[in-house]
Amino acid sequence: MFDYEKYLRLEMFPHIWCPGCGDGIVMKSLLRAIDRVGLQKDDICMVSGIGCSSRLTGYVDFNTLHTTHGRPLAFATGVKLAKPSLNVIVVTGDGDALAIGGNHFIHACRRNIDLTVLLFNNATYGMTGGQLAPTTPTGKVASTARQGSIDPPFDACKLAIAAGATYVARGTSYHSQQLDRLIEGGIKHKGFALIEILENCNTYYGRPNKISLLELLQWEKDNTVNVKAAERMTPEQLQGKIITGVLHQADRPEYVALYEEHIARVRARAGAAA
Amino acid sequence: MSTQTKSRQVKLLQGNEACAEAAIAAGCRFFAGYPISPSSEIAEHMSVRLPQVGGRFIQMEDEIAAMGAILGAAMTGAKVMTATSGPGYSLKQENIGYAIMAEIPCLIVDVMRGGPSTGLPTSPAQSDVMQARWGTHGDHPAVALAPASVREVYDETIRAFNIAERFRVPVTLLVDEIIAHMRERVELPARGEIALWERPRPTVPPDQYLPFGDTPTGVPPMANFGEGYRYHVTGLYHDPRGLPKDSPEVVDSVMRRLMRKIELGAPDILKHEEVLLHDAALGIVAYGSSARSAKAAIRMARARGIKVGLLRPLTIWPFIEGPVADLAKQVRHIIVPEMNLGQLVLEVERVVRGRCPVHRVNRVSGEPIPPDEILAKIEELA
Repeated sequence: MFDYEKYLRLEMFPHIWCPGCGDGIVMKSLLRAIDRVGLQKDDICMVSGIGCSSRLTGYVDFNTLHTTHGRPLAFATGVKLAKPSLNVIVVTGDGDALAIGGNHFIHACRRNIDLTVLLFNNATYGMTGGQLAPTTPTGKVASTARQGSIDPPFDACKLAIAAGATYVARGTSYHSQQLDRLIEGGIKHKGFALIEILENCNTYYGRPNKISLLELLQWEKDNTVNVKAAERMTPEQLQGKIITGVLHQADRPEYVALYEEHIARVRARAGAAA
Repeated sequence: MSTQTKSRQVKLLQGNEACAEAAIAAGCRFFAGYPISPSSEIAEHMSVRLPQVGGRFIQMEDEIAAMGAILGAAMTGAKVMTATSGPGYSLKQENIGYAIMAEIPCLIVDVMRGGPSTGLPTSPAQSDVMQARWGTHGDHPAVALAPASVREVYDETIRAFNIAERFRVPVTLLVDEIIAHMRERVELPARGEIALWERPRPTVPPDQYLPFGDTPTGVPPMANFGEGYRYHVTGLYHDPRGLPKDSPEVVDSVMRRLMRKIELGAPDILKHEEVLLHDAALGIVAYGSSARSAKAAIRMARARGIKVGLLRPLTIWPFIEGPVADLAKQVRHIIVPEMNLGQLVLEVERVVRGRCPVHRVNRVSGEPIPPDEILAKIEELA
């Protein structure tokens, strides 16, 4: 049995998440991945924004920074650049990262700064009561789209790849063992790593759309295909399916390392001049 | 001549360059910014100077990100700053509120230009005085300093870092475009002449550490991330350990402590200059470049036998209530020239409480206030 308690601030429990929420499943997966990589608690800085999933940083025993809505990547960039020895992990939601924080998201990808970003995608604004998110599927009901959304949703992974992220993966709260490996890969990756996690909000997405918790989880299972399996499938078979696994990996210079080299060059030139 | 004096440097510096040089001398090792007139020279200068001293400069994607990045960097122990102007200062306000709540030391330089909105990008104004006080939402303390010369930009930048670190609070340096862009001969202090204050550090082991606990000064010690003191930082109301709590008792005590630490620290924060006030029957209260015009007007008025003097706040927030109250007891009239339609004058009126009339001299045309306009008001009241 995995010892979760050594990573938790037990006095913070019970947590705020609803029964059936995917956030707890993902948190446990994150802790298992951290343990597998062997990171020390003092060497981890976990940064989050605002939203249900961003409350995770209050529950874990690391250096934790619960910031403003949409801005965790900006704060995390400052932490990482100022103290590169810290392993900086960002916890953010779909509204946090793709709506109010969309600009920070694409620019952090572009820099390829060494951050591991867990994007909890529950397709809604859970904390504020189920409003339309930039990830809500077209046609689904939200408290600000009661006749069904006319907005097309973002694909976070395609966005990250286009913006320059060098590790892009997608998992689900249903496939928790796969998720462990995806997060582990993201932590080990030197550069900007995105792990998008499809999860559920049965309270504010499921209920108004008349989908049960069981159906939400079943959907995660039935509508996703691992990237390896997808390679052997026809376009017809892949119709309507969401691909999971490591979708993209690239080798490109990491931002903090480039800045360290810049400092070394500047100082060598100053030394040569003196 | 002492060794220290020998190592002083005489330079012709622009206000914005003096700000950047002072930041380096104060130990600032992290800058995040976004280009905006008329402050961009600060970012440009820091992009050159920081790597030379092993520090880090980053140009972020927007003003909000720049403010967030410096707060993240400050959590690792770095002295940090950003620089902007009115529109960017507006964008930074939410994260400035976060810095107040999470008690993260930082410097924000606001080179004031004409507003509202895009306004006058390269013309001077003093219209962010109230934004510096109430720009972010919620009750909160505020600290803002307003230098009036290039040398003073240097000194006040260092003082701003000192206050930020000692009191764990964001500090705004309110510079107007004239001071930021003018060049003056400055003799910079030698390294040994610069007094630096550092943030209070924990003296207890991690298991006893309270990152947001009360202390006699109201300022809790601050541990840096990555040094064994693992704790939580949040913009929510929080208990002494930093964990979210919303009980009425916790909320009330946090808000009152945030205010109290600045009230208790006032002797270290407040600063003003008095010019020819000893025999003055008329008093001027002015700051920044308007104070330079006021000094010129006072010279001209004194040459005509009018006893007028200047009270110049270098600390704008918190307000120098004592000296202004004393001035109101001494003089028949107080004149407040400002490059806005009346912002700091509201504080002067509040403190004067009708003990003497308070008069305004205002310009909102993107031009400095000429000494003649202040002199005309002096002669009218003499």
